Amino acid sequence: MNAILNWFAGIGVTTRGAIARLGFATRFLVAVVKASGTTFLRPRLLIRELYHAGVLSLVIVLMSGLFVGMVLALQGYETLVRFGATEAMGVLVALSLVRELGPVVAGLLFASRAGSAITAEIGLMKTTEQLAAMEVMAVNPIARVVAPRFWAGVISLPFLAALFSTLGIYGGYLVAVKLIGIDGGAFWGQMQAAVDWRYDVMNGVIKSIVFAFAVSLIAVFEGYDATPTAEGVSAATTRTVVTSALAILTIDFVLTVFMFRGSVNG
Amino acid sequence: MNKRAIDIWVGFFVAIGVAALFFLALKVGNLLNFKEERNGYELMVKFDNIGNLKPRAPVKSAGVVVGRVEKIRLDPQTFQASVRIHLENQYQFPRDTIATIFTSGLLGEQFVGLEAGGDTEMLKDEQEIKKAQSAIQIEKLISQFMFNQAQSGASAGAGNAGNTNPSAGVKP
Repeated sequence: MNAILNWFAGIGVTTRGAIARLGFATRFLVAVVKASGTTFLRPRLLIRELYHAGVLSLVIVLMSGLFVGMVLALQGYETLVRFGATEAMGVLVALSLVRELGPVVAGLLFASRAGSAITAEIGLMKTTEQLAAMEVMAVNPIARVVAPRFWAGVISLPFLAALFSTLGIYGGYLVAVKLIGIDGGAFWGQMQAAVDWRYDVMNGVIKSIVFAFAVSLIAVFEGYDATPTAEGVSAATTRTVVTSALAILTIDFVLTVFMFRGSVNG
Repeated sequence: MNKRAIDIWVGFFVAIGVAALFFLALKVGNLLNFKEERNGYELMVKFDNIGNLKPRAPVKSAGVVVGRVEKIRLDPQTFQASVRIHLENQYQFPRDTIATIFTSGLLGEQFVGLEAGGDTEMLKDEQEIKKAQSAIQIEKLISQFMFNQAQSGASAGAGNAGNTNPSAGVKP
C-alpha cells in the first residue's frame, strides 16, 4: 500500500517540478523582455552576439541547405520519374524547403550550434559567479548578459532559415537541371506557379520566427537555471539541445495543422 | 577580432539574410504577379460539377494564365458549384465566352479554361459567364468505357447484331 502511495507521490513531485519550471521560464521570459531596453539602446552588445549566434552559424546552415536541396532533388527524381512528372521537381523542392525543412532543420542546427553555446556561456558565467559579481556592481545580469543573447537568437534564426531554403532550392536546381537534365524553364516556371508568396513563403517565415523565440528562450533559460557546477553546465547544455529539438518538432506540428490544414478545400 | 570586423560580418550576415527573403518572395513565390492580380475584375461561373478544382487554381485562355480561381461554394438553390474567378484587367472577354474545366495532363491539377466567343460586348465586373462545361470525371469515363467493352463483348459473343447501335453507351 505504502509503495503505491509513494509511487503516486513520485508522480506528483515530478509534475509539480515540471509546472514550477515552466512557470519560472515564463517569468524569466517576462523579465528578459522587460530588461531588453538596454539591448536596443546599446547595439554594440547585440552586434557582438549576432556575430556569435548568426555569422558563426552561417557555414553549417549554408552547407546543410545546399546538400539537403541536392538530396531532395535526387530522391524526388526517383519517385517523380515513375509518374512522368519530373517537371514538378521545382515545386517539390521549393515547397518542402520553404514550408517545412527550411525552418525546422535550420532551427535544429541553430539549437545545436548556437543554442548550446549560449547555454554553456551563461552557465559558466553563473558557475564562476560573474553574474553574482554583476549584481554586486548594480548591473542587471539579465539586461547585460541574457537579453542580448536572446534577441540575437530571435533575429538570427529567421535569416538563417531563409538562407537555408534559398541554398536548398539552388542545390535542387543544380542537381535537377545541371546534373539530371530537367528543363530549367519548367523547373522555375512550375515552382513560381505553385508557390504562393503569402500562403507558403510567409507561413514558413512565421514558423521560423516562432522557432527562434522558442530556441532562444530555452537556451538562455537553461544557462541561467544551470546548477553552478561543471556537471550542471554540461547537463544544461544537453537539455538545451534535447528540449529545443522536441519543442521545434512539436510546435511545427501544431503550426502546420493550423496553417496548411485548409489547403485541400481552401 | 576587432569591432570593425565584427560589424562588417554582422552587416554581411543581415544583408544576405534579407536577400534570401527577397529571393524566396520574388523568384520562388512570384510576389510580382501576385500584386498584378489585385487590380482586376471578378466573374461568376456555375458548373454542374467542378471535379477537383481548388481555390487559387489558374484560369487560362489559349494556355495563357489570365487569372485565378478566387472562391468556390455550392449554390443552395440550383445545387450547382458557384465559382468566382479573378481576372487581370488587361484581359477582357466577350459575353458569350465559354468556361470549361480542364485537367493538365492525365492526373494533373485542374484549371478553368476560357474560350472567347464573338460577341462585341465585353463581360464586366461581377457578371456571370453563362456558358459553362463541367469537369470530365475520369472515373465516369472509365466506367463508361468498361460498360461499352462489356456490352460489345457480350453482343459479339451472341454472334449477331454486334454493331446495331454503336453510340448507345457514349452518352453520359
